[in-house]
Amino acid sequence: MNEAIITVTDLTMGFDEVTLFERLSFEVARGEVFTILGGSGCGKSTLLRCIIGLETPRGGDISIAGIGRPNLDAGRPPFGVMFQSGALFGSMTVSENVAVALKQWTDLTHDAVEAVVLAKLRLVGLEGAASKFPSEISGGMKKRAAIARALALEPELIFLDEPSAGLDPVSAVELDDLIISMNRAFGLTVVIVTHELESIFKIATRCIMLDKIEKGIIASGSPKRLRDESLDPRVHSFFNRLPRTS
Amino acid sequence: MVDDRRFERTTIEFLALPSAPPELRLQGHLKFDEAARLWESTRKRVALVEKGETIHFDLSRVESVDGGTMALLVHLRNELKFRGVRSEFIGATGRVKELVHLYHGDEAPVRQAVRRPRGTFDQIGEATLATVRELREVLGFFGAMLLGVVGLLREPKTANWKEVPYLMEKTGADAVPIVLLINFLVGFVMAFQGAVQLKQFGANIFVADLVGLSVTRELGPLMTGIIVCGRSGAAFAAEIGTMKVSEEIDALRTMGFGPYRYLVMPRTLALILVLPLLTLLADLVGIAGGLLVGLLSLDLTIASYLHETQKAVRTWDVFSGVLKSVVFALAIGLISCQQGFATSGGAEGVGRRTTSSVVTILFSLILIDALFTLFFYFFGL
Repeated sequence: MNEAIITVTDLTMGFDEVTLFERLSFEVARGEVFTILGGSGCGKSTLLRCIIGLETPRGGDISIAGIGRPNLDAGRPPFGVMFQSGALFGSMTVSENVAVALKQWTDLTHDAVEAVVLAKLRLVGLEGAASKFPSEISGGMKKRAAIARALALEPELIFLDEPSAGLDPVSAVELDDLIISMNRAFGLTVVIVTHELESIFKIATRCIMLDKIEKGIIASGSPKRLRDESLDPRVHSFFNRLPRTS
Repeated sequence: MVDDRRFERTTIEFLALPSAPPELRLQGHLKFDEAARLWESTRKRVALVEKGETIHFDLSRVESVDGGTMALLVHLRNELKFRGVRSEFIGATGRVKELVHLYHGDEAPVRQAVRRPRGTFDQIGEATLATVRELREVLGFFGAMLLGVVGLLREPKTANWKEVPYLMEKTGADAVPIVLLINFLVGFVMAFQGAVQLKQFGANIFVADLVGLSVTRELGPLMTGIIVCGRSGAAFAAEIGTMKVSEEIDALRTMGFGPYRYLVMPRTLALILVLPLLTLLADLVGIAGGLLVGLLSLDLTIASYLHETQKAVRTWDVFSGVLKSVVFALAIGLISCQQGFATSGGAEGVGRRTTSSVVTILFSLILIDALFTLFFYFFGL
């Protein structure tokens, strides 16, 4: 395994009287496609929000790219994020959405920003939608635009929250292919929260599975290994919902 | 005792035999459309079963049953259980059996949680906790704002200054027609009301004093503040609230944009820049409204009215109104944005916070105005 780009140590998080997970520890290696799995309400998205600094955990430690816990108020973060809904800025066109971070954090000229934006949109297959507003494009296009925006500043790490949720099968496969090609071409580390099994088997190199009752990780490893070797009935039932094709 | 009641294709028989538990025998197609009639008659029959007895629901002759009817039958078992009557579904086969299982009819009845209305103390406690929570959020917001201002002083580039002219146009230029109309009417109405009284004393000319002073010191800034609250305050709260529930604020944060610097400061600054200008316009048209009344019903001339206004209204009177408008702008900007950031719960949450934003701002404007008036009064300003 390559060196760790994310290290999570003894992380504990909850809201009010509810504890979602306790003393969670794992590492994500540079260049991995790492997925966080689990049933609804087990804290997958909250774990992601803790890692990227949107939530303050009750305890434990997070280190990203060796710089400790991300401080979102301290300037340009070392990663990109795609939210479940895409979270594109509704008042901006697709190209403006991609350009916004470039204008803020680089000294590129207007022409250079335009060139980078167009290249990013071409990468995700959206060059024809540059001047459209988010309300004028489909759900799959919004997600691809959000990926282009997350990639704008060339991060070495990208977080995707439920990328295939709400997409038709064709768009979901296209999105998976895009993630794989980005991972292979740029060595991008990808952390994904999902429970789409087909997608997990196609793109994930390693995964962890959270459980609501255990309040922690009940399995970790490659998807195939978990499916074939795990003796835990919860893991077994999760991974055997699909016929074995791989 | 044998009781038989026939419905269309449906039969319910209540069998009370001495040697066996009483039995409710259901037959045919049990449809939800007939459930209301079935329900009442069935309940009447099972009411005859005594505490400590057992009753069987015989489903062996049921050809089909739908979900709603099965739900009612299972509920009936629950009722019986808590009357001390044991019951059981018997004889179900095929799809009827599957449905019994699906609705947990083959399990022991469970007590349904009774939803009781909350007591007075519960409601007082919840309201108190909600107020404390809200107060904490408001303090957190202003704390974050202060940090944002400090950060801005260090790195002025990180604010979204480019949006300020656009916001000034939206909050200021676009509001000019309504500000002019409302304040003209306010001056007009005030002059009419004053004229009736002042005419009795032959003091027609003092309408100019009345209108000039009240418009510049009080009504100009206050009415303008109220209009801007309704237009821009509500719009800011709804816009930021929508951004919050659609994760756009989170997206901004993960791109390194401080949302306070990026969203709150440009909006508040735009209001601080335009509200004094709108207030000055409001003063002018308010006086014009009074002038029209003076010309039409008090036999005053333009020159005499304006001369009297000039005598009555000092520079300080106009300035004090403008000063108020700056504080009003700050209140409208900060409260509307704070309410936007506090939004949760989707579209309904956005609506709730928008309403709350307008009400809070209006209350604040009146309170600030009263405090200013007291301050000016005690210091003879």
